[in-house]
Order: sequence, then C-alpha cells, then structure tokens
Amino acid sequence: MAVKSLKARHNALAEHNRQLEILNGGVFADGELPYFKDKLADLGQYPFRPNKLEILQINVGYMCNQVCEHCHVDAGPDRKEIMTRETMQQCLEVIKNTGAHTLDLTGGAPEMNPNFRWFVEEASKAGIKDFIVRSNLTIIRANKKYHDLPDFFKKHNVHVISSMPHYTRGKTDRQRGDGVFDKSIKALQELNAVGYGMPDSDLRLDLVYNPSGAFLPADQEAMERDFKKALKEDFNIQFHHLFAITNLPIARFLDYLIASENYEDYMYSLVEAYNPAAVANVMCTNTISVSWDGWLYDCDFNQMLGLKVASKVKHIKDYNEDLLNDRDIVISQHCYGCTAGAGSSCQGTVA
Amino acid sequence: MANNYYDPSDLRKFGNITEWSEELGNKFFEYYGKVFEEGALSAREKSLIALAVAHVVKCPYCIDAYTKDGLQRGITKEEMMEAVHAGAAIESGATLVHGVQMMNKYNKLSM
Repeated sequence: MAVKSLKARHNALAEHNRQLEILNGGVFADGELPYFKDKLADLGQYPFRPNKLEILQINVGYMCNQVCEHCHVDAGPDRKEIMTRETMQQCLEVIKNTGAHTLDLTGGAPEMNPNFRWFVEEASKAGIKDFIVRSNLTIIRANKKYHDLPDFFKKHNVHVISSMPHYTRGKTDRQRGDGVFDKSIKALQELNAVGYGMPDSDLRLDLVYNPSGAFLPADQEAMERDFKKALKEDFNIQFHHLFAITNLPIARFLDYLIASENYEDYMYSLVEAYNPAAVANVMCTNTISVSWDGWLYDCDFNQMLGLKVASKVKHIKDYNEDLLNDRDIVISQHCYGCTAGAGSSCQGTVA
Repeated sequence: MANNYYDPSDLRKFGNITEWSEELGNKFFEYYGKVFEEGALSAREKSLIALAVAHVVKCPYCIDAYTKDGLQRGITKEEMMEAVHAGAAIESGATLVHGVQMMNKYNKLSM
C-alpha cells in the first residue's frame, strides 16, 4: 500500500497533463482502440450533452485518513487542498436555489474538513431531497472526535454511502491498508446500531464496491447478494444497496496499472465491455462536480484530470444553472470506465 | 506471426474465428454465452467449474480468462484453488482408475 500521495512523491502522474497524454496516446493514438468520442459519434451523441441537472457533487477537500491504492483523487493525509468556509458559503447559495434534488459531499474524507459539520448543518436546511455524504467508514474510528458521526449523520438525515472493497479482510486491507477491514466492520456496526441500513429504515446506508485490482466489477445485483449474505452471516451487518463502481484509469489507479504492466489490457477490457446502453445513465449527464476551490467540472473524474466544464460559467461564484446546462461534456478515454458492462455510477444507476 | 505458440494478446482475437466460418463461429459463441448465463447453476458456480476445466485441459487462455472472471465475481483465491484441486483430483483419478485395467490385464495374462 502507498503511504504517500503521488503528489507528495512528486510522481509525474500527479500532473494532469501527463495523465491526459497517456489516456490520449498509446493504444488509442496507434488506432488499436477507438477514441471514446468515436463511440459517441456512432450513437449520434457527439458532442455529448447533459440532461436535466439532478445532482450537485461537492468535493470538500482531498485530505483523507487513508491512502488507498486505487484512489482517483490521489487523496491522503498529506493533501492540504481543503474547501474554505468562504467557498462553502458560495456553495450554500447555489444549494438554496438549485433545481438538483441530490447533494453529494465527497473528498478525501469530507469529515476532515474543519467546517464539515457547519456545512452539513447549513446545507440540510435547504431541504434537498437526498443529502449524501461519502464516508470511508474508518474515519468514524480514526479519532474520538469522529466517534459520534453516526449520530450526527442521523440528526441531519444524511444518506451515507461508504466504500467497502470486499467482505473478506485480505482483499480489503490490500487495497486500503492494514486494519481498514476491522475498522470498517466496527463502523458499519455502529451505523446499524443507530438505525442506518436496517431493512425498513429511512436512514439510508449504501456501500460502494471497487475491484481490488486490474479487473472490472461483476453484475451489481449478484455482488450485492454476496455482500449482504456474507456481512449478515459473519458480522450481523445490514445495508441497503451495493454500488459496483469500475476503477477509472486516473491518478493512483493509473499509476498502479502502469507499474503492474496491466494498463493496455485494462483499457482493452474497458473498450471491449463498452455498452452503448450505459451511455444514457452516465453521471455527467445529470451532475455538476465542484472542487475544493470552487471550480466546476462534469464529474469528479474530470475534476481530478483538471478538465473544467466547457462553459462560460466555470466557478461556483458565477454559478448559473441554465448557462451550465447548455454545455458540451468534456470527455477522454477514462470515460470508458463509466460505460463498461452495465455501466458504473456514483449513484448506483446501471443500464 | 509470433515466434511462440501461445501469445496472451491472441485471446482478444478469439472472436476472429468467425471470419473463416461465420455460421459455425456464431453458433459456438451463442452457445458459449448461453452456457454461462444464470441457470440451475449460478454464473458464479459455472465460473469455478470453467476454471477447474481450464486447468485440466491446460488452456492458458482459459486460465487467464477465468482467473480474471473469478476476481470480477468476487470469488476468493481459496475458492479458486479448491476448484483447481477438484479438477486435478479428477484428472489424477482418471489416470489411476486405469490401474484397474492394468491389474485386469496383468491378472489375465498371468498364470
């Protein structure tokens, strides 16, 4: 497991341009594999356009207590990019007036932002229908100042979406670090104890599964059945849904693919698994992603590649939903990750 | 053409066999796809059977394919290795059970 972010290691892949060179070059530039835009053109969908905005996803900072091997954010304890209260205030203005029905807070570990609780309290007043916090679970056990997070989430009716790479210890710890599995299990039990994830509970608890290596996730429903059975039998843990999300070749996962000589095969797998029907559900068609410093992106992945929205409005301080919705979505070859198989979406939507 | 009999990148070209015999190729892939769908056996169980058979028939392409398929399905390495042993046990059993034929022949020929 990596102990530092690519950025702290001064790895070339910490630079957006180097990542984009790789994604646009190699097997794609050679013509061995088609560019993603050609696939969209075959469907008559290039340039790619958004539908109605439904989700505002706000990344409140790249600091994290974990340094996961596959992290597309390149998050970690050494990342100092943290959303300021001023930018949060600009976000709150947007949240009050947006047509989006879902607010989705992510990171890093969003809870590590010093203004996280204030922001959740303020944002929950706006009456957004679905208020998601993406919690990595171990943060709840990381320090006693976070131990009451399950109660805090409950108080504000937050929908918790948490990463859980596997229901066995070995696979989880290899991807996310030693001890992550046991802490995650404890955190899930604590969330269950306050009512999260119970069959008839309104306190939503969903899990996210990412493959722990250079392979794609299997059928989401089948994995959900396996996870539910194993977690219930072994740890008496319950949850609502499992979202199987494909790892996109960005940041640390891209570094891993290249270092393990899996990059080309992985790109072949993504392109072979391309499913035109999944194009309709990709999250960039209904999402705007906001970075810690207020810039706007088509998705969290484009944010990590530094690909800002192709719109006159590029920053949360100038936010205008009508203008933003009239834009072309910025794409590259990483987009194959969201159209592979049944598709892959942060909200669990599949074809 | 490569200078060796097995090239991992040839697996990607498997579908090309239809080019020289379209009808039979398509029928094979249709059959293949149908076999591995959920049925009385789950797709997961069939993946483990395929992995065991891949080892018995010593097909490197199939071993690559069904190791990856198993990972994708969340099959653990312990389950995969047990499946390989199940295949190996049948294969060695198939050799050893011929020992009965040897014994029969030996006994017939001996006074």
